[in-house]
Amino acid sequence: MYNAGKVIIFIVVLILFFTIPMWLNLGRVEAIPKPELPKDKAKCIESKEYMRAYHMKLLDDWRKQAIRENKHVYVAKDGEKYFISLQKTCMKCHNNKEKFCDSCHNFVVTHQDCWSCHIAPEVAEKWQ
Amino acid sequence: MAIKRRDLLKLGGLTLIGTAASAAVGGVYTKPQEALKGSRWALAIDVVKCKENRATCGLKCVEVCHSLHNVPSIPDKKKEIKWIWEEKFEHAFPEHEANHYLNEKLHDTPFLLLCNHCDNPPCVRVCPTKATFKREDGIVMMDYHRCIGCRFCMAACPYGARSFNWIDPRPFIAKVNPEYPSRMKGVVEKCTLCYERIAEGKIPACVEACPAKAIVFGDLRNPNDEINKILKERLAVRRKEELTTYPSVFYLIG
Repeated sequence: MYNAGKVIIFIVVLILFFTIPMWLNLGRVEAIPKPELPKDKAKCIESKEYMRAYHMKLLDDWRKQAIRENKHVYVAKDGEKYFISLQKTCMKCHNNKEKFCDSCHNFVVTHQDCWSCHIAPEVAEKWQ
Repeated sequence: MAIKRRDLLKLGGLTLIGTAASAAVGGVYTKPQEALKGSRWALAIDVVKCKENRATCGLKCVEVCHSLHNVPSIPDKKKEIKWIWEEKFEHAFPEHEANHYLNEKLHDTPFLLLCNHCDNPPCVRVCPTKATFKREDGIVMMDYHRCIGCRFCMAACPYGARSFNWIDPRPFIAKVNPEYPSRMKGVVEKCTLCYERIAEGKIPACVEACPAKAIVFGDLRNPNDEINKILKERLAVRRKEELTTYPSVFYLIG
């Protein structure tokens, strides 16, 4: 390889450059979001692991089933029945969108557009 | 040891099944037990009663509907949003203007207009994203999540029942109902015959709110339903029948 020394140095510099976010956040544990869970509830409609992995799929299915299929009740895996509604069901327990949804979503920079129409509890409160 | 082709395919199949299973099927979906059941919901608006009580009713139907569904009151007529509104006979039925005698009888009579939830809805036919569609119970629904704001439906609707959000509606909603969403700039909205109340076993808000009980809600396909008796006994008209949209909103004029 010609100019092996320079090339290798440049490769290392490039790798360092592209991993800047990792280095900047190294050791900063406080950056990891801790969404505030409802205090008086032991469980969500499904298991914690399921909700973590599939809440977006679940919400999308809820929309499809309630709006398009006219099926307004969700029967969870444990047999419990829930009325499908973001504002009337989800947000009754998770009553602070900023502390629950936004804490993670801002961290991973995935901005949901739910709230351009759906009204978060704290927004409704300020409105009145 | 070389793997056999047959075994490789088997393994591949197993992996596929495994992936599908790990995509974790959630729960199942059903209809609420308390939900009202019907196969073609309709409204019969008693124009005679409506006119008699108009002076005292304060248009409760409009007020309740709009506050329940977070419909903004935008003063600019070009940008206004309405789900249910009042119009005079000659504007609701312009085709009857030439009929001098009918016009004389009904001139200035208030008519409540709203989405007709047509049996053959032109808005549904033109919607390129299926954001508006007809449910099996006859309600012409709006799925705002899918609306791209092309306004084809507004051009297609012969009744002017649809409104477009030219501006962010939220500043124009004085009192918010936290149980129902608002809409956003760039989508079309209209009456959805209170599908969310029907799912909870309640009748549409305008029907419940009317102090004169001038609006009747029922299932046209159920011969025992009160609405069918009323429509047989009374003289009922629908708007722009000649377009064969078959509206589900009937006006009892005699």
